Amino acid sequence: MSATAVNAQAEDHAHDHGHHHKETFITKYIFSQDHKMISKQYLITGLIMGAIGIAMSLLFRMQLAWPGESFKVFEVLLGDWAPEGVMDPNIYLALVTIHGTIMVFFVLTAGLSGTFSNLLIPLQIGARDMASGFLNMVSYWLFFLSSIIMVISLFVEAGPAAAGWTIYPPLSALPQAQGGSGMGMTLWLVSMAIFIASSLLGSLNYIVTVLNLRTKGMTMTRLPLTIWAFFITAIIGVVSFPVLLSAALLLIMDRSFGTSFFLSDIFIQGEALHYQGGSPVLFEHLFWFLGHPEVYIVLLPALGITSEVIATNARKPIFGYRAMVASILAIAFLSTIVWGHHMFVSGMNPFLGSVFTFTTLLIAIPSAVKAFNYITTLWKGNLQMNPAMLFSIGLVSTFITGGLTGIILGDSALDINVHDTYFVVAHFHLVMGISALYGLFAGVYHWFPKMFGRMLNKNLGYAHFWITAICAYGVFFPMHFVGMAGVPRRYYTNTAFPMFDDLTDVQVVMTVFAIIAGFAQLLFVYNFVRSMFYGQKAPQNPWNSTTLEWTTPVEHMHGNWPGEIPHVHRWAYDYSKTREDGEYVIPGQDFVPQVVPLQENEEELNH
Amino acid sequence: MTALLIIIVLVLVAIAIWQMTKIFELSQVKSEKSEVANDQDNKLNGYLMFGFLVFIYLLTIFSFWKWGDKVLGTPASAHGSEYDNLMFISFALIFFVQIITQALLHYFAFKYRGEKGKKALFYADNDKLEFIWTIIPVITLAGLILYGLYTWTNLMDIDEEEGDPIIIELYAQQFNWKARYAGEDNVLGGANVRLIEIDKNNVLGVDESDPYAKDDIISQTELHLPVGRKVIFKMRSQDVLHSAYMPHFRAQMNCVPGMITQFSFTPTITTQEMRADKGIQDKVQNINKLRADRRANGEDVDSWEFDYVLLCNKICGSSHYNMQMKIVVEEEEEFNAWLEAQQTFGEQMAAAQ
Repeated sequence: MSATAVNAQAEDHAHDHGHHHKETFITKYIFSQDHKMISKQYLITGLIMGAIGIAMSLLFRMQLAWPGESFKVFEVLLGDWAPEGVMDPNIYLALVTIHGTIMVFFVLTAGLSGTFSNLLIPLQIGARDMASGFLNMVSYWLFFLSSIIMVISLFVEAGPAAAGWTIYPPLSALPQAQGGSGMGMTLWLVSMAIFIASSLLGSLNYIVTVLNLRTKGMTMTRLPLTIWAFFITAIIGVVSFPVLLSAALLLIMDRSFGTSFFLSDIFIQGEALHYQGGSPVLFEHLFWFLGHPEVYIVLLPALGITSEVIATNARKPIFGYRAMVASILAIAFLSTIVWGHHMFVSGMNPFLGSVFTFTTLLIAIPSAVKAFNYITTLWKGNLQMNPAMLFSIGLVSTFITGGLTGIILGDSALDINVHDTYFVVAHFHLVMGISALYGLFAGVYHWFPKMFGRMLNKNLGYAHFWITAICAYGVFFPMHFVGMAGVPRRYYTNTAFPMFDDLTDVQVVMTVFAIIAGFAQLLFVYNFVRSMFYGQKAPQNPWNSTTLEWTTPVEHMHGNWPGEIPHVHRWAYDYSKTREDGEYVIPGQDFVPQVVPLQENEEELNH
Repeated sequence: MTALLIIIVLVLVAIAIWQMTKIFELSQVKSEKSEVANDQDNKLNGYLMFGFLVFIYLLTIFSFWKWGDKVLGTPASAHGSEYDNLMFISFALIFFVQIITQALLHYFAFKYRGEKGKKALFYADNDKLEFIWTIIPVITLAGLILYGLYTWTNLMDIDEEEGDPIIIELYAQQFNWKARYAGEDNVLGGANVRLIEIDKNNVLGVDESDPYAKDDIISQTELHLPVGRKVIFKMRSQDVLHSAYMPHFRAQMNCVPGMITQFSFTPTITTQEMRADKGIQDKVQNINKLRADRRANGEDVDSWEFDYVLLCNKICGSSHYNMQMKIVVEEEEEFNAWLEAQQTFGEQMAAAQ
């Protein structure tokens, strides 16, 4: 397949890049249309939201380990919601809800995919910028606006949204049912509606850019796996996010305009409400039609980043490039037809449950292929243990551990007794939360030199990884046992059931690990901020990588390449490729950049 | 005014620190230290990778040793043993794959840690291998899917004609459970939340004009079930989503306002028998020891006796964590006697006139 359509236009564009237009502080740092700056904006906003989300999780983990105990920190941070330092049940639910929302959408969707799609798509396909710099800028600022609204919602009087991140109505629709379903939920919905608009603008831009702006020679089968992952992620986003928007709009109408899309036969606080004929199950369908693909929107970019980082640091081509692409495609397709596995016991027709079990267990196949391919890529490599590599290996490890329990949850029969217990919490935190966070960290450690022109300190990186890796297992592995004991999630305290008394020590263990892990992230923050200003100056290609982004100058410039856009002559994974006599293709150098033409006697492998 | 002064001072201090670090930075002789991993880093982290594998194994062993007996024990329903069997097979498979793949991943990370001058193997593709590890999951998963679906279909195929089922409505409200027995005719009377009359204590909105409703029996506190007889639960909710979760029976179904959901199982072990179960006895003993310790510390906790329980397992508001109902499984005669002693809906309404 040769799709090199772009070049006439790209080269035209190149010519008017000789002269630079003057940039003011505002156009350079705030309303920038340059994809590199936008990616940094995404990253920093995402990291700040991440700090909020993680801090919230520490608060509610403390409540779970030491239920009903008074803490000064609760009093300081939660104010009236923690009278005399004891956490209120309503704010507990609010913390859980906002933690989920922030981590899933604001950190792992915008912070991960937003950052690295923006940074890498133009740089790795050889484009001057995104197809539309303006839309890209709008996309970021909508994301910023939605973040601000979400943060503001934390301060409303009746409390922030507290119906769980899945905001199932009627709980989320009726302020009578829960304080957080008043103004807090309104702001949540407004924030998410704006977020979805942002995500759509971003995704459309990524798709168009990958399809149209590839440099000469960059066929689809020569794309680095990062780009494949971002490209497919964007497509899933375009397919599924609008459905969440429709769910949010219908919910807004039920809440504010008296419609009955999701509500029926409700008697609350001494009166029967007028709603008739709606169904909460409909909302669940609409929500999970996005909700499940969302898992892959979060995960695929992380896997793409990992593929790239593992290949580079193993000094080996990624094993089974075509299988990796096929897995991404299969996962993307299947991800849109498995949403019902969140609803096995929702009252949905059991026959549908059978269908969703079937499709769900199918998705284990491409996932298994990916895991095996990563492991084989390590085999007989020359592994350079940079922090990014450690996080990538860590990702494969948690992806396997968390993914395997999916076999239990995806099986409708087995799901009955573990549904909505801590078993689920353990499963998805490992497979999507921790794995995607590792992907984010791997990306930051790997491309920090590209973003800021400086290197992150590796020793702090090692400490960051090892503490995080041990604590992540320390938190989420024991959690499976709590779930197997039948403890439901979203319980403010488990003391109302004596049968859960013997699990208090597990809760303490998990919380201690969580607190250590939370504070370990400060190492990263310190490393990030310090290196941004005082880090060692980065060489042009610090990791000896083959891809195009490392052919651009270290200093950022609008348009990415000072001269013409380089042409591509090979795939992205010619690491340690040798000639017949056993010498590297380029003598003395174990990698061949994509811009190097095929050498004499060199065979382009049919990958 | 003081606030402004403080802010100005803070800003100036920040600027001073920034300038000082800048000067410090400039005065440093450029060191040769590189932020790219060298052989020493590769070696250290390679060994740590191996250590991490040991950590994962030890954590697994430790967790099983410490908490392995805390998970749900003997199932108390007819389908429970089949459920547990399927769970066991899945877990055996999962642990097998987990142990092998984590070992390969971390061992390779250790074994092939980088060294200057070492050559990696250019190994981009192998169709045979890819085929093998596609087809193995396909076959294993096909087996699991078939077994799972067989169990699921059996469970969910609820036939009111078959056997001699007893029909019970589980009614959910913030933050309470109620149970309604269908009575002698074994048919539940019609009900709707719009018929709720708090003054007459018709809290479930049962239709007074429905003749089937007359003999219905409503229990506000306990759910009694006869052992060995199929129970069909019809679930309703009056306000928000709830989920009727009965972990000991491997049973769960959401309660959805506006519709009736159902679940069915046959209890096989009475509460009395379960209290004599070895696993449960150990658990109760252990928990009562913990509770005695807490009592000694001045906390107000009673000792605990085992009972089956019905929990709410779908977030439903501030007291979600305490929405529960005691379940009593007893011999049919005891059950009938208990039922006999309850007021029927008809009697209740007549009394309220």
